Amino acid sequence: MSQEANMRRVTAIKNGTVIDHVPAGKALSVLKMLGIEGDMSNPVSLVMNVPSKKMGGKDIIKVEDRELTQNELDRLALVAPDASVAIIRAYSVAEKLEINLTDEVVNVARCTFSNCITTNPREPLPHRLVVTNRDPLELRCRYCGKTQDIEALVDNLL
Amino acid sequence: MPGLITMDDLTNDEIISILDDAEKLLPVAKGELYLPLLQGRILGNLFFEPSTRTRMSFETAMKRLGGDVVNLGDVKTSSVVKGETLFDTIQMVDGYTDIIAMRHPRQGAAQYACDSARVPILNGGDGAGHHPTQTMLDLFTIRQAHGTLEGLNVVLAGDLRYGRTVHSLSHALVRFGCNVTFASPDSLRMPEEIVADLKAHGAEVVETDDLLGQIGNADVIYMTRIQKERFPDEDEYAKVAGAYKLQASDLDGAKADMIIMHPLPRVDEIHPSVDSTRHARYFEQAFNGVVARMALMCWLLGVKVPEDVTKEGVVL
Repeated sequence: MSQEANMRRVTAIKNGTVIDHVPAGKALSVLKMLGIEGDMSNPVSLVMNVPSKKMGGKDIIKVEDRELTQNELDRLALVAPDASVAIIRAYSVAEKLEINLTDEVVNVARCTFSNCITTNPREPLPHRLVVTNRDPLELRCRYCGKTQDIEALVDNLL
Repeated sequence: MPGLITMDDLTNDEIISILDDAEKLLPVAKGELYLPLLQGRILGNLFFEPSTRTRMSFETAMKRLGGDVVNLGDVKTSSVVKGETLFDTIQMVDGYTDIIAMRHPRQGAAQYACDSARVPILNGGDGAGHHPTQTMLDLFTIRQAHGTLEGLNVVLAGDLRYGRTVHSLSHALVRFGCNVTFASPDSLRMPEEIVADLKAHGAEVVETDDLLGQIGNADVIYMTRIQKERFPDEDEYAKVAGAYKLQASDLDGAKADMIIMHPLPRVDEIHPSVDSTRHARYFEQAFNGVVARMALMCWLLGVKVPEDVTKEGVVL
């Protein structure tokens, strides 16, 4: 199926953000990471598991009337590091953004190790996960040093 | 603020230099010489978990060097039971002290404290994480026995999963080109990320459940206690309790200069019959905690240990 046909599964948006090339099945995690919940007023469309030449299968998300910031998008590096992001204004692509995986992921998710000092929610220092490998992605908690289960991290988003 | 949280905080040259300082400080640790290198300095001992050797040897080390010590005391009677965060406790104690030695049941607590503090933090054990000051005294003991740290065959045995001493020690040994063999029950194997780190350093790691088969080739056998307190449930502990019991008769085929070490306390993993063999080194090892911690505190506080301590000290 063509790229155009994929995009037409949902209508074009006038203003907002389109996140393409999300790994198949990860769209809901992406929404969670962006803090996009059912109670927000912006319309959100998503298609899941559509064919992709580059990825085999992919998800696409369109968030209307909201331009996601670079900071917000960088949080997606944990689940969709290769996603492409477009800011749409008046039905046209106004800006293309890339998701950057920084050397340390700060205050995005809490360490998944149950005996880590950071499991006390009252401890005030930032949650810091150090990127020890980029492909495949491997992160370790700065404090306890435990390698993180990426799937479980999505449940520990801050 | 610099501290000693894991062995990665020290280069090999720094390790050797600190061990050399520890060597020089032996007469001070033995109480033969008074050398107040740390006079006017205060050590904060923050032990959120039981400790005998580590806490006492830190205290002895500071006092032998003319400094003083304040203790958190029993956690049950401190602000910790009122719900004080570690961050707040550290903010308070680092105002009272020049250096902090800390043990905590939560993994990562030492790094967390280090990121919170203005004074150096010495990690005296964080959960099942690291115990680098123990590693320094272990390395001191190994070097004392073999004259080198390089290229030795070291067997680490027992609870390698929860045993923080072996986590820190294995990192250091590999950096000095030692061959490490891990002997443990399957459920207590060395954590995967540590094995991966060691392999990344180029180490060939051997994992086995056969301790006795390793004795003949070993230069060092490092025994550990299977730690009941770290098991999530009693049944899991019962399955592996008493898995290894080293006796004097097991050592017949050992090299003459092979040493047996143990961070202590032991339960039944080293039979008292081993104590009187030439191989037993665990009580000297415990004593070495004082010199190693003296040298570490001098290093972290920027105090130079004189080349000839007898010239500067007062003979007692």
